[in-house]
Amino acid sequence: MKMILLSGSNVGTKTRAVIDHLAEAVTTYDSTIEVSAIDLAVADMVFADGRNFTEYTGDTGRVARELMDADAIIIGTPIFQASIPAALKNVFDLLPTSAFLDKVVGVIATAGSSKHYLIPAQHLLPILTYMKAQVVQPYVFVGESDLHRGEIVSHDVLQRLDRLVEDTVVLTRTFASIREERDAAYGF
Amino acid sequence: MSESAQLHTTPQQHSETTESLPSQQPNYMHEFGFDQGQGLQFGIYSLGDHLPDPHDGSRVDAGQRIHEFIGYAQAAEAAGLDFFSLGESHQEFFASQAHAVILGAIAQATDTIRIGSSSTILSTSDPVRVFENFATIDLISGGRAELVAGRASRVGLFELLGYDLRDYEELYEEKLDLLLKINREQQVTWSGQFRAPLNDAEVLPRPTGQALRIWRAVGGAPASAVKAGLAGVPMVMAHLGGTTSVFKGTVDAYRRAAAHAGFDPAILPIATAGFFHAAETSQEALQAMYPHINEGMKRTNGQGMPKQHFAQSVHPASIANIGSPQQIIEKILHQHEVFGHQRYLAQVDFGGMAYADVMKQIEIIGTEILPAVKKYTAEEAIR
Repeated sequence: MKMILLSGSNVGTKTRAVIDHLAEAVTTYDSTIEVSAIDLAVADMVFADGRNFTEYTGDTGRVARELMDADAIIIGTPIFQASIPAALKNVFDLLPTSAFLDKVVGVIATAGSSKHYLIPAQHLLPILTYMKAQVVQPYVFVGESDLHRGEIVSHDVLQRLDRLVEDTVVLTRTFASIREERDAAYGF
Repeated sequence: MSESAQLHTTPQQHSETTESLPSQQPNYMHEFGFDQGQGLQFGIYSLGDHLPDPHDGSRVDAGQRIHEFIGYAQAAEAAGLDFFSLGESHQEFFASQAHAVILGAIAQATDTIRIGSSSTILSTSDPVRVFENFATIDLISGGRAELVAGRASRVGLFELLGYDLRDYEELYEEKLDLLLKINREQQVTWSGQFRAPLNDAEVLPRPTGQALRIWRAVGGAPASAVKAGLAGVPMVMAHLGGTTSVFKGTVDAYRRAAAHAGFDPAILPIATAGFFHAAETSQEALQAMYPHINEGMKRTNGQGMPKQHFAQSVHPASIANIGSPQQIIEKILHQHEVFGHQRYLAQVDFGGMAYADVMKQIEIIGTEILPAVKKYTAEEAIR
């Protein structure tokens, strides 16, 4: 199983801190999973211009291809102006409309205010659904006080993240086996 | 659009059957040689792909692949098909970058079959050169050439050929307008954004007939069909899949737009183009075709086709003509009833299909499918 952890912001450190923790949590859960992280803060991305994702070059092309090749993705997003960052939306715009078909996608959000709790549900999940993802329920919301100097200090958040990892892996395997069985039934 | 409408103001080129038509509109049915007495025209096309065989990863060299295209056209002619066309593509896994050159060879290697492009990427070419090439192919072939003008579904060629992707839409519209103007006027005076102006220019050679047969390539979405309709240009509607009823919306949009712009939709030819595979049973057709489609699409689009979607392509309501010969006949007849189109183009060779297998498909079309399609679509009246 190939899993990509996407830190969906070009600024800030909190989302990246959670993604780093998730990378360890995934390996701890199952070391056979090929997990890798993409941090939009260190990738040199161009804006989507409507071309096929295979035609982007440089970091943009690499990020698009790694996401397309993944079986599972966990997207980390901060909340900016009550929405997802432009950097993350740009990644979606690079990809085909059915990019997440046959993929399981989990979500974590970091935010400075608990008033943002429903933003992922309102702004991110509709995009993932449109792009045909099997979305892991629920997402994990990480608040300001859950982090201290780049470390997650809330046991509650740590346990939620462990559950997110397990749910993402179990769902990815389950959907893969359902698909295998279904495709075999077609007989071609 | 007003400029496009003016392209057709040369009625002196059309001596016959114009009394019932708007005076500015050529009778395309006549110019394109569509005779409803002969029924639906049946052609095959290749995008010009050069993909490996999905079963063993092997691939013929580019020279052999180009000779295969020529062989397809010869076989199609021998099987009694009406049309063969070849696409232009500049991306990896294609061999028909110089499609007009290959069509020149096909013109020489065949005698009666109509030949054309599917499609010519007009956005990144000079319309004067495109016209010169296709008029020449028309002269070599004795009046059998057609040109389908497309916009490109990939952007690599914009960089390769020195165009700016931001001009994607306007490049095509301007170049198509100029191409149509060159086609209808002996002396062309024109100016635009993407090419030096023409002052009383005579673009030679002139094709055999009144004009080159030029179509606009349209993907499944109605927006492009509307543009074709507004310009009163014949339309080739290509599709990767989906249901016939959805594409009816595109056909209707095309005809409505044409009528809105003052053209008679009844004399605007429509061709449809898409996946085709015939086998003993629909299950065998799916089995034979799926690896080619899936692996081929992965290589050229980055994403394969889900089996679930492909399995639905044998359904009578699906537009892809995959199944037993009898099922395909029924589908084509149904599509003809729904669209009232003049030509169907079968894509028979995608995804590294062995040459012998493509020959078999052409044989099945010629012996089993084409006679039935012609028989049931021929009408007495000739426009």
